[in-house]
Amino acid sequence: MDKNISFKLRYWRQNGPKDKGHFDEREMKDIPGDTSFLEMLDILNEELVSEGKEPFVFDHDCREGICGMCSLYINGTPHGKTERGATTCQLYMRKFKDGDTITVEPWRSAGFPVIKDCMVDRTAFDKIIQAGGYVTARTGQPQDANAILIPKQDADEAMDCASCIGCGACVAACKNGSAMLFVSSKVSQLALLPQGRPEAARRAKAMVAKMDELGFGNCTNTRACEAVCPKCESIANIARLNREFIAAKLND
Amino acid sequence: MATLDSKIPAGPVAEKWTNYKAHQKLVNPANKRRLDVIVVGTGLAGASAAASLGEMGFRVFNFCIQDSPRRAHSIAAQGGINAAKNYQNDGDSVYRLFYDTVKGGDYRAREANVYRLAEVSNSIIDQCVAQGVPFAREYGGMLANRSFGGAQVSRTFYAKGQTGQQLLLGAYSALSCQVNAGTVKLYTRYEMMDLVIVDGRARGIIARNLVTGKLERFAAHAVVIATGGYGNAYFLSTNAMGCNCSAAMQCYRKGAYFANPAYVQIHPTCIPVHGDKQSKLTLMSESLRNDGRIWVPKKKEDALKLQKGEIQGSDIPEEDRDYYLERRYPAFGNLVPRDVASRAAKERCDAGMGVNNTGLAVFLDFSESINRLGIDIVLQRYGNLFDMYEEITDVNPGELAKEINGVKYYHPMMIYPAIHYTMGGIWVDYELQTTVKGLFAIGECNFSDHGANRLGASALMQGLADGYFVLPYTIQNYLADQITVPRFSTELPEFAEAEKNVQDLINRLMNIKGKKSVDSIHKELGHVMWEYVGMGRTEEGLKIGLQKLKEIRKDFENNLFIPGTTEGVNIELEKALRLNDFITMGELIAYDALNRNESCGGHFREEYQTEEGEAKRDDENFFYVACWEYQGSDDKAPVLYKEPLVYEAIKVQTRNYKS
Repeated sequence: MDKNISFKLRYWRQNGPKDKGHFDEREMKDIPGDTSFLEMLDILNEELVSEGKEPFVFDHDCREGICGMCSLYINGTPHGKTERGATTCQLYMRKFKDGDTITVEPWRSAGFPVIKDCMVDRTAFDKIIQAGGYVTARTGQPQDANAILIPKQDADEAMDCASCIGCGACVAACKNGSAMLFVSSKVSQLALLPQGRPEAARRAKAMVAKMDELGFGNCTNTRACEAVCPKCESIANIARLNREFIAAKLND
Repeated sequence: MATLDSKIPAGPVAEKWTNYKAHQKLVNPANKRRLDVIVVGTGLAGASAAASLGEMGFRVFNFCIQDSPRRAHSIAAQGGINAAKNYQNDGDSVYRLFYDTVKGGDYRAREANVYRLAEVSNSIIDQCVAQGVPFAREYGGMLANRSFGGAQVSRTFYAKGQTGQQLLLGAYSALSCQVNAGTVKLYTRYEMMDLVIVDGRARGIIARNLVTGKLERFAAHAVVIATGGYGNAYFLSTNAMGCNCSAAMQCYRKGAYFANPAYVQIHPTCIPVHGDKQSKLTLMSESLRNDGRIWVPKKKEDALKLQKGEIQGSDIPEEDRDYYLERRYPAFGNLVPRDVASRAAKERCDAGMGVNNTGLAVFLDFSESINRLGIDIVLQRYGNLFDMYEEITDVNPGELAKEINGVKYYHPMMIYPAIHYTMGGIWVDYELQTTVKGLFAIGECNFSDHGANRLGASALMQGLADGYFVLPYTIQNYLADQITVPRFSTELPEFAEAEKNVQDLINRLMNIKGKKSVDSIHKELGHVMWEYVGMGRTEEGLKIGLQKLKEIRKDFENNLFIPGTTEGVNIELEKALRLNDFITMGELIAYDALNRNESCGGHFREEYQTEEGEAKRDDENFFYVACWEYQGSDDKAPVLYKEPLVYEAIKVQTRNYKS
C-alpha cells in the first residue's frame, strides 16, 4: 500500500494574460500515494471552494495521458519528473516525499499566453497544423487500403512520430520557446509515408513559416524538448524536418 | 407528438443504401455555398462530418469545448476499428460484420442502419490510409489485424494501442485542411448552451465562450450534434472529465426524442476503483483479452487471503485458478462480448471471489501467453498498456513474479467493470435526423447502430461512418429543400428568447449560494446511479433510485455553491451547468430501465435471467426502440413512444457464445 504524504503546494494564480500573477501556498495534508497529481489538485479545489474561494484553474480532460490537455510545469519540469515519458495526469503522488515543497506553474512561452492560472492558449499549434500538417485526401472513394504497401519498419517509425499529443511540453522546456519537436513530428510522420510525399515540400515550408510567424523560437539542439516529451518523440525528427525544409527550399 | 418515421428505404437490406443514394436529393455547388451547417463536437463523428461538409462546399461552423479539436475523447480509444475487409481470409464479409454487430447488440439495433454501417466500413479504412493514418502493418507491407470480442474473425485494424488517437488526428487533419481552405470556421473553448428553433426547424445554437463567459448566437440552415455519450452521469467512468450530455439534453428538452437511455455499456477491463478521491476510471484495452486470461481463485480461502493482502495472485498455482469465462463460454472464451464479460466478473465477485481489498476485482493474466510467445512478442503487442498499468498501480504485468513447479507466473493485472460507452442516445431516422426537423445527431450521441450492447472496435467505425460517409449524403436530402431560405439573422426573437433562458438558468445557479460544491453533488449522483441503475437492476432498486434522484435534484437546486462570477473563466459554473443535465439524464436512464422488463445487452434486470444467469430477453413485449419525449419540465416523467423493430434479413434468436 502507498503511504500518505503531506507537503507544501505553491501554485500559480494569474487572472488573464495581462495580470502579473503570483504564487498561492497551501499545506496539503495526508494525501494518499495512489492519488494522481490532478486528483490532488481536485482535493485542493474542493478545499478552496468549501472556503468560498475560486478554484485553481488548469487544463485537463482524458486523464489517461492521450488527449494532451494537461500542461503543468511541476518543480521546474514540464509534466513533472517521471522515470519515463508521462503526462501530468499520469504522475502519481507516490513519486513525492513527505515534507516536500511542490511548485506548480503554467507553460511559460511567448507562443502560449496565459488565459487563467495555469490554463494557457495553445491555438498556435492548431494554426501550424492548419498551415499544412495533413495529406489532402478528399473524402470519398480512395483506392483500396492495401494498394499502398508500406514496409512495417516505415509504418512503425511513422507511428512513433504520430504519437505526439500536442501538449506543448517541448515548447515549455525550450529556452528558445521553439516548437520544432512538435512541427517535426508531424512533418516526419507524413514524410515517412508514401501518401505524404506529394505535398512534402510544400508542407515543410508552410509549417515552418507559420511557426516563425507565430513567435516560436529556433532550435539550438539542447535536446530539452526530447527529455520532457511525454511520448518520447526524438530530435531525429528535427534533423529530418531540416532536411525536408532545405531540400524544399533548394527546389524553389 | 412528433412522428416516428424511421424512413428506412425499400428493398432488400443489402440494396437499401445504394437505392437511397441513387434517389436522394442533391444540392448543386452554387447553392452549397449559400447553406450553413453548425456541427457541435470535434470527435471522430464531428470532425469527419465538418471536414467532409466543408470540402463539399457548405459553410460550416464547428464547435468544441476543449482548447483544440484534437482533444475530443475519441482520442482515448485504444484497441482498434472494425472493417469487413477480409484481409485475413478468415471468412469475413459485410454480411458477417452486420450479423455480428446485430447479434452483439442483442437484437435491439435497427437492422438497416447496421447493414449500412458494415457496408461503409471498408471505405473508412481506405479513407484513413489515404490520409496517412499509420495503421499497424505486416512485414510484407500489408495491413495487420487483431481479434476483438464478439467475433470469430480478425477484422480489427489498429495503430498500436492508440487507434482512436490516430483516427482522430486523421479527421483533425482533414478538418484543419478545410479550416485552411476557409470552408470551416472553428470555435474552440465554446460550449453549446441551447438549441434555437425557428418555425419548427433547428436554426441555430446559443453557445457560451468559456474564456470570456459571454453568450453568443449562431444561426445556420441545419444543426448537427456530435457530442458523445452520457457515461459521466455515473461520475466515475472511463470518459474524459469534460464529457457531458448537455447538448443532447438541450435537444431533448426542445423536442428531440431520446432513445434507449437504459443501454449503458459497462466495460469489463478497467482498473478497479481505489478510493473516494478518484476522479475517473482508466480503461485497459479490450485487445488485452486476445492473449490475457481472466480468472479468480477456485477456493474461497484463497480469495479471502487476497482480499486481506496476505498473498498475491502469482502465489496461486494453475490448478487453483478458475478461468471462469473459458469455463462458461467455451466457444468464445475470454473474447465474449463486453456485457457478458462484465456480468460474469460481477457474478464471481458477488460470490466472494474478488481479488483486491474491496473484493471488487478479478485477474487478467499474461503468464500463459508470455510462456507461449516469449516476453518480447507480448511486450510488442501490449507494452504500452503494461506501462500505463504500472504508472497507475505500481505493478508491471510483464514482470516475473515467481516459479511454482517449473511454471513461470507473472504478476496479473487487476481489473473490474466500469461505465464506458452509452448505446442509447438521441433518436434518429435512417438519415440521422432527429424528431426536430433540421437537427441531426451522429456518433455516440445517437442511438442507432449498437442496439443494447456495442462490440469492441465498433465505436470508431460508427463515428467515422456517420461523419465521412452517411451524414454528408443524408443531410443534403434535407438541405436541398432549404436552398431558397436566406441566411438567418440572430436578431430573431427566437434567438433572444433562447439566450435569455440560458442567462436565467446561469443566474439562478449562481444565486443559490449554498454550501455544496458541484463535484460533491456529482459524486452523490454517481453513487446512486451505480448502486441502483448500474450493472444489476431491479424494479425495487430503480424505484428507490428515482426517488433518490429527485432528492439529488432538490439538493442541487438548494445547496449548490458556485464561487466567482459569470465573467471570464469559471470552471465551477461550467461543471454545474453540466451536472444539471446529468441529473435529468440519470432520471431518464432509470425510467427506461424500469420500463424495460427484460434483460438485454448492457441492460440487466435481475428479475429476468435464465437459470444459468444469462440475460433473458422478451421479444414478444420489448422488441422495440424506447423513445422518450420531454414533458416541458424536469419534474415531470417523460412519455414513452415505441419504434417497432423490423428484422428482414436476420432471424432473431437467443445469443449464444457457448458453442
